[in-house]
Amino acid sequence: MSDQSLTNTGILENVEFDDEGYMVDPHAWTPEIAEAIAAQLGITLTDRHWVVINFARKEFEANGEPPTLRRITKQTDVNTKELYQLFPGGAAKVAAKIAGLGKPTGCI
Amino acid sequence: MQENGTRKLCIIASKGSLDMAYPPLILANAACMSGIEAHVFFTFWGLDIITKSKMKKLKVATVGNPNLSMAPYAPSIHIPTILGALPGMSALATWMMKREIDKLDFPPVDEFIEMIADAGAHLYGCKMSMDMMGLTKEDLVEPAEVLGAMEFLEVAEGAQVLFV
Repeated sequence: MSDQSLTNTGILENVEFDDEGYMVDPHAWTPEIAEAIAAQLGITLTDRHWVVINFARKEFEANGEPPTLRRITKQTDVNTKELYQLFPGGAAKVAAKIAGLGKPTGCI
Repeated sequence: MQENGTRKLCIIASKGSLDMAYPPLILANAACMSGIEAHVFFTFWGLDIITKSKMKKLKVATVGNPNLSMAPYAPSIHIPTILGALPGMSALATWMMKREIDKLDFPPVDEFIEMIADAGAHLYGCKMSMDMMGLTKEDLVEPAEVLGAMEFLEVAEGAQVLFV
């Protein structure tokens, strides 16, 4: 566990974040960075988290902007309840941080 | 980094027209998305938003709105109140607004309520309004609780309160 944390901290040292904890360059994101950010937020990523993260990354790469939470719940099999359980403390913000995307601006 | 989860927002939804139903729901949802605790107290006509038999039938008011226009189809065409009073105008405006809301991928009211409840927002029906309108808890959507004004103020302690 301590080895894991050390590795995580190491990875994040080379990543640039803004004042609120969002990655400055979404293109510098890797799955390992996601694991490390999640660990910092006290979240252990499971397959269900990855359904959301992969979808958000895919949408971001295709459209240049992250999907809304509503789009995530409509296009994946993760429903609203589960989404908030997976990313506690504000699903939109927490998921965006872990997926290496900017601060969400959508209203839905 | 901002410490999330400490902020609390209490919204009082007092109006039941379609256009006035969305602002409290959108704000409550935005609060949930950003980790702010959200409570919505539905009172007077706002109660219609969580009343099972009414929530799908909310309409846009076309009388008494001096800014009513044909936006977004023809924003420059102003609709005077006297025309807004014609039969079918409210239905037309409602149909247009629902279409636009759907285009923006915002859910209809009943689905919106379900979504914010799933997101963790607390919903309350105002006891006094319910008594006045002859409604019981069974008339309201599943997650809504019945609350008196004093109890709501207890819930609202330390929160930012918004009256819509």
